[in-house]
Amino acid sequence: MSWNKSLNDFETVIRECVKCGVCQAHCPVYREKRREGTVARGKIALAAALLDGGVGLEEQLQHDMSMCLLCGSCVTFCPNKVPTHEIVGAVRRRITDNQGLPLIGKGVSAITGSRLLMKTLSKGGALLSPLLFEKIPDSSGLRLRFPAPAMKGRTIPRIAFRNLFDRIPEFIKGRDDKPVIGFFAGCSITYAYPEIGEAMIDILRLRGYSVFLPRKQQCCGIPALSSGNGGLVEELARTNTEAFSKRDVQYIITACASCNSGVGEYYRTLQADLKDFTDKVLDFSVFLQKEGLLTELAAMEKWPERLKVTYHDPCHLKNQGITREPRDLLRAMPNVEFVEMENAGACCGLGGTFSVHHYACSKAIGARKMPGLAKSGASLVATACPGCIMQLQDSINHAGLKVKAVHILDLLASALRQASSSPIMEGTAKRED
Amino acid sequence: MLILIKGREKMNEQVVTELRGIVGNENVSTALTDRITHSYDATQGRHLPDAVVHAGTAAEVSRVMRLANRQGIPVLPRGAGSGFTGGTLPVRGGIVLVLTRMDRILEIDCENLVAEVEPGVVTAELQRQVERLGLFYPPDPASKEFCTLGGNVAECAGGPRCVKYGVTRDYILGLEVVTPEGDIIRTGGRTLKNVVGYDLTRLFVGSEGTLGIVTRIMLRLLPKPEAKKTMLVQFETIEGAAQSVAAIIAARIIPTTLEFLDAATIDCIRGASGIPLATDCRAILIIEVDGDAAVLDSQVERILAVIRPHGILQTRIAVTAQESEAIWQVRRIVSPSLRKVAPDKFNEDIVVPRSRVPDMIHALERISVQHGVPIVNFGHAGDGNIHVNIMVDLKIDGMPEKVERILDEVFSTVIELKGSISGEHGIGTSKARFLSRELDPLTISCMRRIKAALDPNNVLNPGKIFGDLVPAPQEEPMATKP
Repeated sequence: MSWNKSLNDFETVIRECVKCGVCQAHCPVYREKRREGTVARGKIALAAALLDGGVGLEEQLQHDMSMCLLCGSCVTFCPNKVPTHEIVGAVRRRITDNQGLPLIGKGVSAITGSRLLMKTLSKGGALLSPLLFEKIPDSSGLRLRFPAPAMKGRTIPRIAFRNLFDRIPEFIKGRDDKPVIGFFAGCSITYAYPEIGEAMIDILRLRGYSVFLPRKQQCCGIPALSSGNGGLVEELARTNTEAFSKRDVQYIITACASCNSGVGEYYRTLQADLKDFTDKVLDFSVFLQKEGLLTELAAMEKWPERLKVTYHDPCHLKNQGITREPRDLLRAMPNVEFVEMENAGACCGLGGTFSVHHYACSKAIGARKMPGLAKSGASLVATACPGCIMQLQDSINHAGLKVKAVHILDLLASALRQASSSPIMEGTAKRED
Repeated sequence: MLILIKGREKMNEQVVTELRGIVGNENVSTALTDRITHSYDATQGRHLPDAVVHAGTAAEVSRVMRLANRQGIPVLPRGAGSGFTGGTLPVRGGIVLVLTRMDRILEIDCENLVAEVEPGVVTAELQRQVERLGLFYPPDPASKEFCTLGGNVAECAGGPRCVKYGVTRDYILGLEVVTPEGDIIRTGGRTLKNVVGYDLTRLFVGSEGTLGIVTRIMLRLLPKPEAKKTMLVQFETIEGAAQSVAAIIAARIIPTTLEFLDAATIDCIRGASGIPLATDCRAILIIEVDGDAAVLDSQVERILAVIRPHGILQTRIAVTAQESEAIWQVRRIVSPSLRKVAPDKFNEDIVVPRSRVPDMIHALERISVQHGVPIVNFGHAGDGNIHVNIMVDLKIDGMPEKVERILDEVFSTVIELKGSISGEHGIGTSKARFLSRELDPLTISCMRRIKAALDPNNVLNPGKIFGDLVPAPQEEPMATKP
């Protein structure tokens, strides 16, 4: 039996949609399009019709099913908690099973399915990078442009020359009285933002933990899930759970909200016993709060020159109820002056592979956040998901704001490194092996 | 299940081509997918339309209407599709005409306290925009975060705040309307006073999309109240709560909202509410007052003084916005909690004179016991508008018939108490069979003559309000004819 649920497994919950329409108020795509096919209620009606045999996988249905960020906002506010994101995932898998992967889905699957390919591509630098990113002149050197017509004008991060696995050994021994923490890095952190991963590992090491960064870990499966490639999601789940079983870890920490949702939330829905793995998955902000970091930060002397920082809620944390922990961290940091912004909880618009298929809509969703960001007066917008960082920076660039999107860990690491008498790594880790 | 009208062919290609010519290719669809996603509203009814059209201007609406009128094709205007009585259901097929593209706030006139909007604007969005300017649009249906103002006008939407501020009709100064024959007419205007000709504005407000399609709305605004204060009061009996409502009004205080939850409702939310509820609590009132900050405290004190003799168990007064939010949360968890009682719910919105609320609640308790079916009641005590939720499992044999008998008894009681079978949801298809309970034949006949005068071919939202009393022009829609 397949690990992924099939559309038929959702029969009962699909019937629980009472068509009240509440989802219209919370769907970022519907707010842009105002078309019933884009909102949860419409998609559930279509899923029900598919089950009844009342409609086939016609073109318009495929289009409607592609118009979903899988952000889960509708589920949070649904009076009956109908899991639309899971249902859409199941319909996309049915489409793929019937017709094969759509072109872009194929590209994503080929890359995320092969760590070796991803590694090779990223080492080749920008020109040979996975999606054939083309470097454009930019003083910051951070912006690159995606050449496909659908993504014209998109700024994306540079693929790092040395990825996280080149920088950090597989196992770092900490103090004997401290447990081993597994770090699930995910593709974005490993290949595009390895410095976020370094910051995470730095923080763990400073606090005496042993760190396990299994080399065999792969993509969490969210992009594959988004493009309907159920087989690949299952394969990745097998590989990842296997990779982390090699050591006795207390927690498996993520610093990417999407990965957390993938290896945590989504793996929990798989029809396989992965509890040994999924029970340990924890977002870094929850972990650090659990470990008492807030008190430690509060005891630090505030920096004289603090950065004005606001926070963007990644959907994949917000919908799990993790909204307080990241803010508490920011508020406690000595180097940060935290300010809220309007619409902090609104989706950035990236949505797995959504922005590849529907860049204009994705951009419009992202643009809606900009007035609130500008009004907050923050010079940095911190978040807890590299995907959001990428999309936020794109929206910021298009809006012409002087704001930088960063990860909370970037800020936290600099606060802690300053406080610690001997900075351990600063990106120059010595390999143990 | 989708109800497919047997024997009907696909919509005439010529008609589809003409529609594409009017609104553009991308705004016309006959794809089964789009027909399915426009086959429902918040009732459990399902009827497939033949085509879905998204209009962008009044001129487009007018041309679509002329075409449909000529061809005898039913047209169903639709906003958010969140109605509770089937107002947007294409019971006879035809064209679902979606107005969500017309979503501009055209003007907020701070000098004259008037706003001009298109019908697809979401109610809460207008409220946010005017509140930024220190103004206020009071009607607040529970669906305000997603329902549209066009829909609010068509159904004459109410909400908790109408105790003090009235319903949608009290805020509509003027309309631009496309008639069933495709004429664009203008009613009322932008002034508070206007007695030129018949008051067509009031005719169209609440006409449930059967007399015309609203394409522009002139709304009256108020200054935004400076502050508000919320309290939650727990009572030993429903009489205590009802007498408190009467006492508050008798003291010449009109609160912004006076919401009540009956014992059955309280049983549903017990344990789920953030605010602890006393074990012997049999009724709750949520009272909110608004106005100048300086007078609110004394108003709250006066309310507490007049309700004190009526069996109060506990009183909670919100000081911060957060505490006020916690109180409203108690009210908001009611709907989701109802599912625990039974899978299917019949949600009626009866209204009785304020003083008869306890009589009505007792009658509902009696009906509930008699039929062995839970009936959960909550709603707007301040204006006598009770949301009656008959909770059943329709899969049980004979249940649909039982529900019918219960509804019959409920509505009979409402009429006896000099109330009305719908306070804010409208008649649509859901209550059409009960229309003659409340209205006498001559009154219904007068209404039908108005409908026939404006819509001689019965193409605009046919089969609503009067049910099948207004015959379809032909057995099959003309669209199927060559």
